[in-house]
Amino acid sequence: MSETQTPTGDPGAASDAAPTTATAGANAPSAGAGGRRSLLPRITLLRHLLVLVVGAAVAVLLLESTELNTNIKLGNVAYLAIAAGGLTLLTGLSGQISLGHGALMAVGAYTTALMLDVERSEEPPSLALVFLAAVAATTLVGALVGVAAARLHGPYLAGATLALAVGLPGLALYFSDTFNGEQGLTIRPPERPEWFTETVEQLSGATGRGLNDKWVAYIAVACLLISYFFLANLMRSRMGRTWRAVRDQEVAAELAGISLGAWRVLAFVVSAAAAGLAGAVLAIVVQLAAPGSFLPVLSLSLLTAVVIGGLGTLTGALLGSALLVFLPPWLIDLGRDVFDMEEAQASQSSFVVYGLLLVVTMLFAPAGLVGTIRLALLRRRAARALTRSGRG
Amino acid sequence: MTRNSRRLVSVLAAATIATSMAACGGDDDSDGGGGGGGGGGTAEDNEATGPGMTEDTVTIGSHYPLTGRAAPGYSEIPTGVQAYFDYVNANGGVYDRQIEWVYRDDGYNPTNTSTVVRELVLEEEVFAIMGGLGTPTHNAVLDFLNTEEVPDLFVSSGSSLWDDPENLPYTFGWQTDYESEGKIIGQYIAEEFPDAKVGLFLQDDDFGEDGERGVRQYLDDDQIVEVQTYTSGNIDVGPQIAALQASGADFVLGFNTPPYTALTQLAARDLNYTPQWWYSNVGSAPDLVGSLLGAFSQGAVSGASALAGIYTTSYIPTVDQVDDPWIQLFQRIWDESGQEGVLTNTRVYGMSMAYTMVQALQAAGRNPTGDDLVAAVEEAGADWQGPAFTPFRYSSDRHAGISGMSVVQFNAEGVGEPKTPLLVTDTGDAEIEEYDGEPIAPPESGIPDEEAVG
Repeated sequence: MSETQTPTGDPGAASDAAPTTATAGANAPSAGAGGRRSLLPRITLLRHLLVLVVGAAVAVLLLESTELNTNIKLGNVAYLAIAAGGLTLLTGLSGQISLGHGALMAVGAYTTALMLDVERSEEPPSLALVFLAAVAATTLVGALVGVAAARLHGPYLAGATLALAVGLPGLALYFSDTFNGEQGLTIRPPERPEWFTETVEQLSGATGRGLNDKWVAYIAVACLLISYFFLANLMRSRMGRTWRAVRDQEVAAELAGISLGAWRVLAFVVSAAAAGLAGAVLAIVVQLAAPGSFLPVLSLSLLTAVVIGGLGTLTGALLGSALLVFLPPWLIDLGRDVFDMEEAQASQSSFVVYGLLLVVTMLFAPAGLVGTIRLALLRRRAARALTRSGRG
Repeated sequence: MTRNSRRLVSVLAAATIATSMAACGGDDDSDGGGGGGGGGGTAEDNEATGPGMTEDTVTIGSHYPLTGRAAPGYSEIPTGVQAYFDYVNANGGVYDRQIEWVYRDDGYNPTNTSTVVRELVLEEEVFAIMGGLGTPTHNAVLDFLNTEEVPDLFVSSGSSLWDDPENLPYTFGWQTDYESEGKIIGQYIAEEFPDAKVGLFLQDDDFGEDGERGVRQYLDDDQIVEVQTYTSGNIDVGPQIAALQASGADFVLGFNTPPYTALTQLAARDLNYTPQWWYSNVGSAPDLVGSLLGAFSQGAVSGASALAGIYTTSYIPTVDQVDDPWIQLFQRIWDESGQEGVLTNTRVYGMSMAYTMVQALQAAGRNPTGDDLVAAVEEAGADWQGPAFTPFRYSSDRHAGISGMSVVQFNAEGVGEPKTPLLVTDTGDAEIEEYDGEPIAPPESGIPDEEAVG
């Protein structure tokens, strides 16, 4: 971290110090706040509500114009993006790292599975209630971990949270009477309501096979939109600014009366809540909560999504999650269809290419996709302002 | 919308091909092997009946671990299936339909299984799923496949989960279930090694549990001196082997996957622990274990001969039985298929299952729906003969696969020598009986010839 303050006229772009560059996307001023003309409302809440409505419209369009299988993949994107959104708040804003968010998702997923595990004849509790319970349970676990995490830094925090990712799924094996061990708990997907069937039929004429999966995809995307609305408001609020202060200048923040530990715990709790919701959505999308779904590699891919997309931005987290879901199968298809590889070969090489892409992205766009674009925009605007002032 | 139009295009394309074939004087292959079975008619009578069943193709899909911790060995199974389906296709297919075999990698992660199986059903539009591998993985798609009414034949796992026709009418097992296997093993140990102190080494899921339940029906609780479990993915089995050694067990029975056969052998070598070993069928493939042993020990231990003296069970022929007519057939088919690698037991497993699949497709008749296929397996499956030593248990109230196996001991060359006649049994209290039938030789053509039912 550079000790000098970022010059005020050129937010986020001036310093070359690595952390500033990596979180550049998060530091960009919100639209309308930079004195630029904008069509978006100036009040943050209104602006985010507008984005939410537009997002919902885009989501319906996307879900209705794509095939069922893509719907399900969008469901996968949704739960990864919810977790990645929480993680991007933690890492991008508050400056803590977590390699254990996959384990927190497991808490949400198992809570959902246990609550929906009722006899076929009985009516399961309402999904909203189940999701709230999953979020509550994960928040609790997150708070416990957060208290420990607030005392740790950098690699020590990474190590502690990695232990969580490795250890927590093991509990499902240890208490196999409750959690059914390696096989996990199967989840009966929520029944779609009648009005949904009718509406979808009118919208796109889809009927028959897999409509229930479509309903689940809608629930997943709805959860994504709602959670991003909350997260976006948080990030643009006083809390978001405080977290940035905690991240960038510990001493200055403490002098300003910010309790570092409390704010770090709070960041962990918020991102754990997001991970809990993500786990709950995963549970109904995959219809299974099993330890094999929450291996440490899940936590690592979440971090990958956040970093590739652009640390500290929700758009980046969403983009990164979409890449996680769509890139590997696309690479496998490419290997199989274009390079005429065998299925096993194509699957194996997709990992290699995927890894290479990550390395290349980190080398040439260390601020991630969204961060790089924002940086470029900022530079252009700064250059234009400079020429204008030079002329005037 | 797009799906419908795409299907229309493929139907039109199929129709064009069919007409042009008819115009060219018909198909020469209509009597070759598979097409010869009942059901009557010729290629011109073929109709598309729904997803995956067009006029000239039938699409079968599956999921396997092609990458990750379970991939060694298991990733070869679909290549064996491919070789057999290619062979059938080259001989005219089934009812003049070419079998298209589409399989996807799930990395043995249930989340991935859920995604790839939906992709197979919704995007590739498979007619049926065959041989989906793994208990936790396949468990993730049971509800989906049965809700969507996709035939879910011959799951590659001996768990008892698949035999539940009431709740899972579309799902069928194939290999001998782990409980029956445990019973046969337990009885053999009780009779031949009454003084052995037995230690169990179990995978921590249905595989180990079902096996243990079977074994305990024949072994007294005080003869089983220790039970140790392992979690798939955790490669340190030293503590478990040390605990078995400390308990004084002089006979260790493993219900584990092939990598864990190699790992337990190496761990025991380090501890100077030399009990009599027995690995259930899943963990025993000597060629695979031999190569894994070589890889894990970096060459210090190698070859299938490292397994000399070890007991296992067997329900289909294995590659060491070079005189077996089925192995000779599969060897010929494998060589003709031109794929990389040699014939292995996992590939024989895939080919044997593909053989059963062809029997099922033949029995289902010329223009079957998914429900017809399920009905055909229930009605005729118990009578099918093939590479499996003993019959299937399929009926309208049972979806359990092969009913029995024999006990085998590896000799110094890694060749399995039978220690018992073929034994058949079932889950629960069913007696273990000697099988009175004879294993049959493959048909001349190498392709089954089942009558269509109904």
